[in-house]
Amino acid sequence: MPWDEGLVNSLVYDQPDPAEGRVVSYGKAINEALGLALQHDPSVFVLGQGVDDPSAMFGTTRGLQEQFGARRVFDTPLSEEAMMGVSTGAAMNGMRPVYMHNRPDFILLAFNQLVTHAAKFHFMDNGQTTVPLVVWAAIGRGWGSGAQHSQAIHGLLLGVPGLKIVMPSTPHDAKGLLLSAILDNNPVCVFEHRWLMKKDGIVPEGFYRVPIGKAVCRRPGRDLTIVGASHAIELASQAAVQLAKDGIDAEIIDLRTIKPLDEAAILESLHKTGRILVVDTAWMMGGVCAEIGCLVAERGFADLKAPVARVGLPDVPTPAGYTLEQFYYPDAARIASAAVTLMRYGQTARPLPAHSR
Amino acid sequence: MSQAPIRYTYQGEGISGFDPLAGPHAPSALVALYRSMLRIRRIEEEIERRYREDQMKTPIHLVLGQEATAVGCAAALRETDLVYTSHRTHGAYLAKGGDLKAMLCEMHCRANGCVGSRGGSMHLVDKSVGMAGTSAIVGGAVPIAAGAALAAQLKGEDRVVVVFLGDATTEEGVTSETLNFAALKRIPIVFFCENNFYSVQSPLATRQPARDIRRWAEAHQVPAVCVDGMNVLAVYEATSAAVARGRAGGGPTFIEAPVYRYRAHGGSGDDSASGYRAESERQAWESVDPVVMFGQYLTASGAVDDAAAGEMERAIAGEIADAFAFALASPNPVEQDLYRHVYAD
Repeated sequence: MPWDEGLVNSLVYDQPDPAEGRVVSYGKAINEALGLALQHDPSVFVLGQGVDDPSAMFGTTRGLQEQFGARRVFDTPLSEEAMMGVSTGAAMNGMRPVYMHNRPDFILLAFNQLVTHAAKFHFMDNGQTTVPLVVWAAIGRGWGSGAQHSQAIHGLLLGVPGLKIVMPSTPHDAKGLLLSAILDNNPVCVFEHRWLMKKDGIVPEGFYRVPIGKAVCRRPGRDLTIVGASHAIELASQAAVQLAKDGIDAEIIDLRTIKPLDEAAILESLHKTGRILVVDTAWMMGGVCAEIGCLVAERGFADLKAPVARVGLPDVPTPAGYTLEQFYYPDAARIASAAVTLMRYGQTARPLPAHSR
Repeated sequence: MSQAPIRYTYQGEGISGFDPLAGPHAPSALVALYRSMLRIRRIEEEIERRYREDQMKTPIHLVLGQEATAVGCAAALRETDLVYTSHRTHGAYLAKGGDLKAMLCEMHCRANGCVGSRGGSMHLVDKSVGMAGTSAIVGGAVPIAAGAALAAQLKGEDRVVVVFLGDATTEEGVTSETLNFAALKRIPIVFFCENNFYSVQSPLATRQPARDIRRWAEAHQVPAVCVDGMNVLAVYEATSAAVARGRAGGGPTFIEAPVYRYRAHGGSGDDSASGYRAESERQAWESVDPVVMFGQYLTASGAVDDAAAGEMERAIAGEIADAFAFALASPNPVEQDLYRHVYAD
């Protein structure tokens, strides 16, 4: 087994209680969403480099070409810009393409079409055209691929009007948000996290939607709000367990969608706790962390008992080596440490809990 | 393999040996082609004349000299066929049947412009007649048109898509990518390359080795032809063949049509005097002007007499005057309009 597969397999997640329903992996939940969409809507098609290969895009596209045919589920030339344009043009003409990338870095080759075309046409032609396009990609991490195969690019796209961006953290949301994205009449970027692909969760059978633009409270708490999306929620949940042992009651807000941002949910939680820690799988500079920091400074200032805190990537490219990665990526301990620091703001010094750095 | 140096001169045959009335086309159809070209010519001239008055606050890219390509191509299409273009939109928009008043309202930044004052001259769209989209990024519309053609193929629609591009567009990587994909999937698309030899003020020889653009297209397994872009009928016939191939499931075609842009890349007037090209070069092309050449043929052959020609001019002038008056009397957008259509419902 390649070491990176071993790494992903070694990740430990809380096991969902099967008594509550059917347990399905995150990757399988995506596979179900794609299958349902292809089955119910003839305008849906799925394309991307390797969607029909044996690894099947982390298993998310497994069996789809066999079931729905090579006209609707097909591999593409290595032509990211053209394929993003083709997907956009098809979306403008009655289709609902799902264009899949197993590394978000390759979407950068297609920014011209995504940012300057797909996101703009509905506005530019005064509503004559809609662009129901889904751009799917899995963020890599922790498997040695470094600066050019691991980038979490959602922060770059946050400032593009006309785009929506969803980042599910659970198998339930991965399926429901992907179905919402496919049914949405706008370009929607769906960024998954590779480290979530084998996470299990309770996933309803059949069709359902998770609304785009709605955050959810994963854990109610009194003392501070930890807000983020995708794999950062997994880390925040682990941190919250640790914090609870130290008597700190963290509320966790899972954004699920980062554009449009559920500002009300963030501000409401801040109003309750008075402290906010933003966590992200991407760079802090100019991304979700920065945007939410600005939001609460602008509209939640009166509720702040302490400055906004953030945990994300430093303003440094992703290193490839294993040891450097440990310094680079935040973990649950770093989130817990940031939470403790936040709680201690304005107080006299007291000993830090043992798990903090 | 040696290749002749790039020539910026007209290589066509003009109207020598040119006798469309002897062919299968009804005289009325030929007159309609002429009228459509003449109408675009007069509209462009009036836009240019009024542009200096600064009422049209939009960057314009005039098609004076390139009327035959737009008209000949659009005449080979059905209303349900789609056209995508670059920033140089006026000719294709008008030839495809786009509404003149809505175009001029757009150019005057009015609320009832064809795209509500969000696009301006570079983004004239009228989906009701198949003028489906434009891009101001060179090559931007090329893959989008291919996506439209893929949609037609997947849905089993009897529809062909044309994308207008320029010589410089063949330098963009996305155009190569798209030709490859179009050949791979045999989608119903026509790549219509108006080679006007200049990208803004950069001549072809500074941008490409001396080459036959057809061969470049053929290297992607896309059948290619070169046609006289000053001859509306030749354009019509080449496009008709390409469209028939697309409709029959034969896949894409690439058409190269050498033409000449009489004016600067953008704005009014010719900028040849700045030195990047010779005025004599333009004058030589104007001697084979597509509108004049075809008009002279129709007059000489008796298909259009002086009275009919005069009536045609008067009707066009009247339509243009009405449309400008309509645009100037149209309302400006209001602030709430800015926030509409960022997202679709």
